[in-house]
Amino acid sequence: MSTAEGTATETHASPRPGDPPITPELVAEHGLSEEEFERVRRVMGREPTFTELGVFSAMWSEHCGYKNSKRLLRLLPTKAPWVIQGPGENAGVIDIGDGYALAFKIESHNHPSAVEPYQGAATGVGGILRDIFTMGARPVAVLDSLRFGDLDDPRVRYLFGGVVRGVGDYGNCVGVPNIGGEVAFDRGYAGNPIVNAMCLGLLKHEDLITASASGVGNTLMAVGARTGRDGIHGATFASEELSGDSDEASRPQVQVGDPFTEKLLLEASLELIASGAITGIQDMGAAGITSSASEMAGRAGNGVEIEMADVPVREAGMTPYEILLSESQERMLVVAERGREHEVRRILEKWELEAAEIGRVTDDGRFRVLESGAVVADIPALPLTQGCPTYEREGVESEDVRALRSADLSEHLIPQGDLTRSFLLLLSSPNVASKRWIYEQYDSTVRTGTVVRPGGDAGVIRIRGTDRAVAATTDCNGRFVYLAPRRGAMIAVAEAARNLVCVGAVPTAVTNNLNFGNPLKPHIYFQFRQAVLGMAEACEAFETPVTGGNVSFYNETDGRAIYPTPVIGMVGVIEDVGRLTRQAFRAAGDDIVLLGENRGELGGSEYLYVTARLVAGEPPAVDLVAERALQHAVLALAHEGLLRSAHDCSEGGLACALAECALGDGTTPHGVRVELDDDLAPVAALFGEDQGRILITCDPSSTGEVLRVAERHDVPARRIGSVTDAKGGFRVAVRSGSVSADPATMADAYFGSLARIMDAPLEPGA
Amino acid sequence: MRIAVITFPGSNCDYDLYKAAQRVGEARFVWHRERGLDDFDAVLLPGGFSYGDYLRPGAIARMSPIMEDVTAFARGGGPVLGICNGFQVLCEASLLPGALVRNASLRFESRDVLLRVERADTLFTGDYRDGQVLRIPIAHGDGSYVADDATLDALEAERRVVFRYVDASGEATAAANPNGSLRNIAGIVNERGNVMGMMPHPERATEELLGSTDGSGVFTSLASGVAASAS
Repeated sequence: MSTAEGTATETHASPRPGDPPITPELVAEHGLSEEEFERVRRVMGREPTFTELGVFSAMWSEHCGYKNSKRLLRLLPTKAPWVIQGPGENAGVIDIGDGYALAFKIESHNHPSAVEPYQGAATGVGGILRDIFTMGARPVAVLDSLRFGDLDDPRVRYLFGGVVRGVGDYGNCVGVPNIGGEVAFDRGYAGNPIVNAMCLGLLKHEDLITASASGVGNTLMAVGARTGRDGIHGATFASEELSGDSDEASRPQVQVGDPFTEKLLLEASLELIASGAITGIQDMGAAGITSSASEMAGRAGNGVEIEMADVPVREAGMTPYEILLSESQERMLVVAERGREHEVRRILEKWELEAAEIGRVTDDGRFRVLESGAVVADIPALPLTQGCPTYEREGVESEDVRALRSADLSEHLIPQGDLTRSFLLLLSSPNVASKRWIYEQYDSTVRTGTVVRPGGDAGVIRIRGTDRAVAATTDCNGRFVYLAPRRGAMIAVAEAARNLVCVGAVPTAVTNNLNFGNPLKPHIYFQFRQAVLGMAEACEAFETPVTGGNVSFYNETDGRAIYPTPVIGMVGVIEDVGRLTRQAFRAAGDDIVLLGENRGELGGSEYLYVTARLVAGEPPAVDLVAERALQHAVLALAHEGLLRSAHDCSEGGLACALAECALGDGTTPHGVRVELDDDLAPVAALFGEDQGRILITCDPSSTGEVLRVAERHDVPARRIGSVTDAKGGFRVAVRSGSVSADPATMADAYFGSLARIMDAPLEPGA
Repeated sequence: MRIAVITFPGSNCDYDLYKAAQRVGEARFVWHRERGLDDFDAVLLPGGFSYGDYLRPGAIARMSPIMEDVTAFARGGGPVLGICNGFQVLCEASLLPGALVRNASLRFESRDVLLRVERADTLFTGDYRDGQVLRIPIAHGDGSYVADDATLDALEAERRVVFRYVDASGEATAAANPNGSLRNIAGIVNERGNVMGMMPHPERATEELLGSTDGSGVFTSLASGVAASAS
C-alpha cells in the first residue's frame, strides 16, 4: 500500500464479522469511563470499531497512559548535565565517563506475581532486560526489590519462594548477575506482593539507539517469539484491583517466560544495532504490538501501517484484536532501513529466531491496521499515545493513619525483658536477617564484573578496561511512607544515597517504581501526591535526577491497599574501583566512628513490629542538608583512603548495623566493644532508626584525621568504640543498659533465620 | 597457544572464559555451527544454559555440528576443558563418564565453595599443589555428579577425580558439598587425562578485584601443559 493512500483524511475501518456491538457495558469492561469514551469518539470523528476500542483501552489504561500519575510526575527533577536520556524512552541513560553510558530502569510485575509468582516474577525480569538492551546497552546487572506479607502465612511463603525462583531462573539463564536489591515482610503486603526488577546496561555513547519509527518508507519487522493468545489485556488487568477470585480468572492474563529465547534475542538485538541496518527497536511489552508500534510512530511524529496477516502467530484464527493486544513474551518490533531487511533476517537466522516484515513507516501520523488489505483500525497515533486523559485528584489523608502517627510510644521505651533477647529477635527477623537464602539462588558472579556482591549496602560492577565502576541499590521503607508519605519518600531517597556512598560511589541518578493502591481513593491519592513531592525534593537536593521508572497502582486486594511503596533505584559512579569500601569490619583494633546523630526515634521501626506487631508513630526525621553533608563527608573519607569499612544504619537501628558489620559475610566474624553516652532510653538508642547515620571504621592512627574531615563537612562524628576479634564478643553499652552476645549465636540468628523459615517441612494440612 | 571457546545458543559464560583464556593464549570464539578445530591447541566449553537446558542440560548442545569436531579433537589427544554447562555437555557427549543431575537442595546454588586439588599432575592442574584448597564460585542448578559405583570406584582407583568439595580444614564433608555430588566430586578427567570437566567456575576467580585468583591455575597449567607437549 502506498503512503499516498495513507494520507487520506477521511478514515474508515470496517467492523469484522462477529465483532460485538459497542455498548456502554462493553466500554466499561474495557476500563474506559463515559467521558474517556467520548474523547475517543472525538479523536476518531466517528464510532470506533471493536478492534479500535481494544487499542484505546490498552493505550489509555493506567499502565500505559499514566492517567493518574502523569501530572504529578512532572514535578520530579529530570535534568542534569550527565543525563543523556530522560523519561519517556525504554530506559534512562546517563554518562558515566570514559566514553561509557549506563542505561537503567526499574519496573513492576506485581499483579502477575500475585496470581502466578514464578512466571510473574520471571517475565518481570525478562521485560526489564528488554527495556535495557533495546537502548543498545548490554545488561550487566539486575536487582530485585520485593515485598511480601508475614512469612508465618503458608500462602506468603509460596509466593515468596515462587518469586525468588522466578527472578533467579530467568536472570541465571540469560546470564546477567543479580547484584542486590531488598526484600521486606509486613502484613501490609499480605494480599499484594510487590515485585520490582531493576536492570543496568552498559553501552558506548555511539551505540545508543531509541525506540522511534523514523524514516518514512522504512520497514516494520516483528522479531523473536511468535504472537499467541497469552497476556491479552495484561495492561488493563494491571490497572485494576485484585479480588479473592482473581487467581483463577486472571491466570490467562499472566505471560509465560522463555529466558533462552530472551538470551538469543538479546544477542541478536545488539548485533542488529551494531549493524546499522535498523533505525529503531522496541520491546513488545505491555499492550504488545499496539503500544510498541504506536509509541514508536508517535515519538517520530510519523505513522505506521501494519498487516495482521503478516504477523507470525502461534495459532490459526487469531483476530486482529487478539494479535494487537497479545502480550506474548520475548518479541521485538524493529524498524529496518528500507532495502536492508535481508541483513536483519540474516542476523536473526544466525540466532535461530524469526523476523517477519509486518508493515511500514508512513508519513500520515496514523496507526493503521490491515487484515489482508482491509482496514480494521485507523487511529491518529499522537492522540492515541499522548492524548490519554490525565487527572489530578483530590487527596485527603486517612484519619486512621493520622491517629497511628500520633500514637504515644512511651510504653514501648520500656524494655520488653532482656535487651539482648530483643536484639537477637531483631537480628533473626526476616526484615533484618541476612538475605542469603535469596541471593544464593541468583547467579551474582557471571560476566566476571561483580566487585561487590549482594549482601552489602549496594552492588558494584566494574567497567572493564577502565578504573571505573558503577554501584546500584534499591530502597524504600514502606512503613515510613505509610505513616508520613512525604517524609517517607525523602527517607527512601536519602537511604539509597547513603547506601551508595558507603561503597564509595557518587549518587548520580534515580529510577523509581511507585507502587500504590487505587488512586481514585482520596487517601491513596494523598499518599501518592505527598510521596512524589518528597521524592522530588530529595532528588533535587542530592542532584540525582529521575530518568524514568514505572507507576503501579491498584495494588489492593478486597479493598485493602499495600503500604505506599515508592521504590528508589539509585545508581552511582566510582571513579577508582581500587578505592571502594565495604560494610564488613576488617581488623581487630580498628576504631569505630559514628557519623551523624543518635536521636532515638522508634516510630515505624522494626523493633515495634517485632516486639509489638505495631506500625505506628512519627517516622524518623530527615534533614536533606545534613544528609548531603554526610554523603560528601563519606566520599571525601573514601577518596582519601581513610575508610576501612562503611555501613548505613537502617532497619534494626545502630545495634543491628554494628552486628552486620561485625558478622560480615560470615567467614571472618569480628567482635565489637562500643559505649554510647547519649541521653536516650536504651531501647531507643539501640534500635531507633534515626536517619543520617553511617558507621565507619578506620585505623586508630587516622581517627583524628577522620574526625577533622567530618568536622570540615559539618557532620557530627565521634569514636564510639573499637573492633575486636570474635572471641572478644559483641558488646554495645548504652546508658543504663547493654546488649551482649557471642558472634556465633548472632551468626546463627542472622544467617540461619530465613532458611529455617523457608526450608521447614510443611505442617500437615497446610 | 590458540584456544577455541565454543559458543552454543544459550552459552553465557563464553565471554568470561574467553577473557580468562586471553591471559594465557590467543582465544577465539567458535560458533556451534562452525566446523573444524585443527587450528587450535585447546578447546574450552563454557558455562551457561545451552538450549535453555531444555530436555536436559547439555543434551541438545551435544548434537551441535561442532561437537563432532570436539570429539575428534579429544580422541586425538587435544586438551578439552568443560566448565559447568560445558561439563554437562562433555558427559552428555560421553567424553566423560557419569552425569550431572539436579542439586540435592532442588535450588540453584550460587556462592563460593572450597575445592581440594586431588592431583596436581594433570594437564589442567600442574600449577597447583596436591591437597591445595581453592576458593572458587559455583552457580548451577544441576551440578550433582552421579555415576554407578563401579564407575566411581574406577575414577578413584585411576586417580581421575581432580577436584573435591571440602570444608575450610580440607575435609570432604557432607556440609561442604553444595549440590549432593557423590563422593563430593567437583571435577574429573578422562582416562587419557586430556579431557576435564568441572562444575565450579575457575574463570570467575582470576582477579583479586573479583575476590579470588585461585582459578587462574587452571588456565596457566593448561598453557604450560600445551607448551610442554609442543616442545
